[in-house]
Amino acid sequence: MKNLMLAAATITVMAIPASAQPLPQQGGEAIYNGICQDCHMQDGRGGTGAGNYPALTRNPKLAEPGYPVAVVVHGQKAMPPFGASLNDQQIADVVNYVRTHFGNSYRDRVTPADVKAAR
Amino acid sequence: MKDIHKFPISRRAMLGAIGLSAGSAAMYEAMLGMGYAATSDFKGPIALPGNARGASVLVLGAGIAGMVAAYELRKAGYSVKILEYNDRPGGRNWSLYSGDTYTDIGGATQKVQFDKGLYFNPGPWRLPYHHQGILHYCRMLNVALEPFVQDNNSTYVHSQDSFGGKPQRFREVQADYDGYIAELLAKATSQEKLDGLLDKDEKDGLLRMLKTWGGLDKDYEYKKGELASNFRGYDIPPGGGLQPGPVDSEPMARKELFNSTLWAAKFFPKQWDFQGQMFQPVGGMGMIGKAFGKLLGDAITYDCKVTRIQQDDKDVTVSYVSKAGGAPKTAKADWCVCTIPASILGQIPLEGVSAPMRNAINSLWYIPAAKVGLQFKRRFWEEDDAIYGGNTYTDQPIFNISYPSHGFFDKGPGVLLGAYVYRTGAKVYNFEALSAQDMIKSALEQGAKIHPQYLQEFQNGVAIAWHRVPWSLGCSAFWTDENRAKNYETICQVDNRIVLAGEHCSRLMAWQEGSVLSALDATTRLHKRVMAA
Repeated sequence: MKNLMLAAATITVMAIPASAQPLPQQGGEAIYNGICQDCHMQDGRGGTGAGNYPALTRNPKLAEPGYPVAVVVHGQKAMPPFGASLNDQQIADVVNYVRTHFGNSYRDRVTPADVKAAR
Repeated sequence: MKDIHKFPISRRAMLGAIGLSAGSAAMYEAMLGMGYAATSDFKGPIALPGNARGASVLVLGAGIAGMVAAYELRKAGYSVKILEYNDRPGGRNWSLYSGDTYTDIGGATQKVQFDKGLYFNPGPWRLPYHHQGILHYCRMLNVALEPFVQDNNSTYVHSQDSFGGKPQRFREVQADYDGYIAELLAKATSQEKLDGLLDKDEKDGLLRMLKTWGGLDKDYEYKKGELASNFRGYDIPPGGGLQPGPVDSEPMARKELFNSTLWAAKFFPKQWDFQGQMFQPVGGMGMIGKAFGKLLGDAITYDCKVTRIQQDDKDVTVSYVSKAGGAPKTAKADWCVCTIPASILGQIPLEGVSAPMRNAINSLWYIPAAKVGLQFKRRFWEEDDAIYGGNTYTDQPIFNISYPSHGFFDKGPGVLLGAYVYRTGAKVYNFEALSAQDMIKSALEQGAKIHPQYLQEFQNGVAIAWHRVPWSLGCSAFWTDENRAKNYETICQVDNRIVLAGEHCSRLMAWQEGSVLSALDATTRLHKRVMAA
């Protein structure tokens, strides 16, 4: 990204991929509101334009916890990978938050160990 | 917008003038001097020789890449149609004006409240002099260009943790860094600490240079005095008649300066992409897209959402729906240039497209970026701070304030770029995740730490988070070095009858020049394929 690269605050950051900078939020709700709602929206309904951001509301793909963990860690198509910028606990927290909100009520919890195994 | 066609002198006009006045030898010398050798890979207009015999090409997307491809192919004898999602040409080449509305992918609508004649570029906003491809099309389209002020010594650098959070003038920071570095290096040299590294002639030469460069006195010291003031400015500048100046200014304490992080901003203008001269289209970056759209006329069909792309050995069939609704339609052509961003293309069913190509498309996600345009009652940055264009940098999330490079000395309101949050990691996602109102509020709060006038003078604003732009789902494609090695050549291939183009198929990420060069390269290779068919 050296071409368009910025400056000041980012000079020290240029050698590090953006995705590798730790994200400051802790706890599922704060992480969701600080990052995920950018595209999936505050209420988890996603959006549709020329392409889509999938709705997380009552989303059956969340039933198997390994799926959202893998998508957050590795990314998928337009979804950026967050494996390098969120730690195991943060990813477990945000996945658990999404799986128990927005009309989802999956009881089984993801643990940091599950996330570690998915990396 | 005033006097749109007044300013520029084209390269050709310049060469013509030289040729007329000094003969062709001088013109040849001048051409060498102005040569393209040190610029982008643009080698001048492409040639697509041979008879295309009216073969048809469907171009998907009327952004810069799509319109360059369409124009060049049409010129070469192809029958060209373009499908575009938006109701305007340009894609990310886009300016917002008074009365415009914008609805993001979450459904939030903003109406631009700017005064007439004021504008804001949510996307690209400056053109390096060496981006000769996009500059070529500006000349061809008679899009008037004016200087974009990248560097201005009167702007500020600001760090929350340095100098008590008080913004410092770039001029003073630069002069003091240069002065102190020159002083230290001069002392090390004259005290023979560099003797193993430099011979006597080098030492003498270096000392002479350092004295001039740093504004050092006869003892090689950088301190308050006319030499330092000549670089960093005065407490009271030289006056006329019986006025008191000049009164020299006091350099910052070296320790505080060296312990600060203000140095970071100093390196920005050194990068080749941002060196002088930079340009901007008069009246907004979107003037390029508008002019291109006008030239291509009814070859472009607007408001089309592509829902499926299918190719076989005979042709390419694209299904699309009107955003307004109605029955799905199809368009068929012999060939296809697809400039739909990979973030969207990966979600469209692609039939008959090779697996490696689909994998390459699916390997790209788009980086975050957000910009905020703010209208103020008066141009206080000019009236109070004597800043005429240029950029202020801060380590707050807004990162960059940019003052307009046009409309200097206007008495009325002005619009500045109040935030340019671009791929700085967590801060970008955190900023993009705000509502437009909250992005504007943040830009005002953070900007007020540099310009307290913000709070008094603010009138209205507009904020764009690029991940929420419905037709790009992000700012630009992100290529890691690893993925570049794995998928870049693949994504640039002509895949049977389809070739992709856009900044995502270039090595100039997020630059319009990447779109131009990609489109020219893709059409050249597609044409070869057609001629060989």
